[in-house]
Amino acid sequence: MRDRFMKVSGALLDERPDLAIVLADIGFGYFAGAGVATRHPGRVLNVGIREQLLVGFAAGLAMEGLRPIVHTYAPFLVERPFEQVKLDFGHQGLGGVFVSVGASYDAAAAGRTHQAPEDVALMSTLPGWSVHVPGHPDEVEAILRSTAAGTGLDCIRLAESANPEAVPFSSSLTPVRRGSASAVTVVAVGPSLAPVLEATAALDATILYASTIRPFDADALRTFMAAPAVVLVEPYLAGTSSAEISAALKDSPHRLLALGVARHEHRRYGSRSEHDRAHGLDAAGIRRSVTDFLASAA
Amino acid sequence: MQLSARSYEDLPALITLMTGDEKHGRASESTLDVLWVLYNRVLKVDPQAPDDPDRDRFLLSKGHGPMAYYAVLAATGFIPLDALPTFGRYDSILGQHPDRALIPGVELSSGSLGHGLPIAVGVAVALDLKGRAGPRVFCLVGDAELDEGSNHEAIALAGRLSLSRLTVCVIDNGSATHGWPGSIDERFRLEGWSAATVDGRDHDTIEAALSAAQQDRPHVVVAEVE
Repeated sequence: MRDRFMKVSGALLDERPDLAIVLADIGFGYFAGAGVATRHPGRVLNVGIREQLLVGFAAGLAMEGLRPIVHTYAPFLVERPFEQVKLDFGHQGLGGVFVSVGASYDAAAAGRTHQAPEDVALMSTLPGWSVHVPGHPDEVEAILRSTAAGTGLDCIRLAESANPEAVPFSSSLTPVRRGSASAVTVVAVGPSLAPVLEATAALDATILYASTIRPFDADALRTFMAAPAVVLVEPYLAGTSSAEISAALKDSPHRLLALGVARHEHRRYGSRSEHDRAHGLDAAGIRRSVTDFLASAA
Repeated sequence: MQLSARSYEDLPALITLMTGDEKHGRASESTLDVLWVLYNRVLKVDPQAPDDPDRDRFLLSKGHGPMAYYAVLAATGFIPLDALPTFGRYDSILGQHPDRALIPGVELSSGSLGHGLPIAVGVAVALDLKGRAGPRVFCLVGDAELDEGSNHEAIALAGRLSLSRLTVCVIDNGSATHGWPGSIDERFRLEGWSAATVDGRDHDTIEAALSAAQQDRPHVVVAEVE
């Protein structure tokens, strides 16, 4: 996903004179090596390892009519400069495209300092932001091209894991599989789709896919949901979108199982797949949780 | 108080129209003369065209105690004088920290310290990118505000980028908790800025320092006040 992001954002700079890529060292090597920084020396802007400045500086560009694409690791894009994100963009009424890498524990071996499974929850507290969680490089390209052409506040969360096939980009929930009138509804976000499909292959389930999780598509959930049971699978902090689902179904009695990264600090290194397994986000873990959830209602 | 005041001598009376933020009275007094000089002698801004793309940009980073700022904006025609007594009210455009969405001519919504200078650096770079040769970018910060680390990220980068259109004014009323050994202007010079320290109540000196054209580097004016 990150390779596609870098390739496409470089191409977008060729196409659009109002775009600028703003970096805090991380990622600059690619744009320099690919010749993008040479072609557009004024619009590939590296502020150094200064993440508060990264966001404030990008806001200054936006203030003068440029559309900044701001890129670094998730903890340094969302958590460290969170007040700058809140005030320098949202409060000033400015727009920009924030693109993070290092989703949740993609950098598992790097430890907690480079992990931010809380990022979507944090961004969700801010008004006006669209949060995109693509599940395939083709989706990254579609989302990036769409958001770069816009004027709003967009955050794109890149992950190392990807689904085998892309889902055509839509800001709505997309039905991937339809179950019977008594089927459980499973909302799979971004790269969660592949393990969700594997986990529910033998179950009567309607699978809805989201690559844009904010704003949440409440109408589609109400439209496609059959039985009053919903499973939410998010590849970041568990329960991040629970309130959205509760609000969407406030007039409908329902049960909700929210799967995601556990809130406790999982103090381990290793690999992403090992952390998936530990948090029950691999196919086996999801199957186990969904089966237990459905059995508990029987 | 007649609501037609337009002179420097009127400013203290205008400030007294705004009540409810007495704890920041000192902050407001400290900026008064620099703000007056900026708006009357230095900035190329027009209250009739506050969004003119060729205007100078002024970012008040030190948004605390904005009564002096509002008084100057009123005296120079950016906001109506009769807005001043509404200060802090629910439906007022004038809050205890300024909001660019509410006040014509205000470039920055400020109040949280350490935001204005990084944004000003971005504005200066954007104007370079857009080839607008005319506008200068001014940013006013407080000496205590310089404690915020984000400022030092911006000071370093502005120096490396030789942002000659950027001028920062530091209002130094000696309120930084741990002070600035070796002086504030030395901190900026270290990063490649030109610097001047002036009497923050002497209008002619302030004007000369803020107007000084810089060829190849950003400029800081430290305005010392009591």
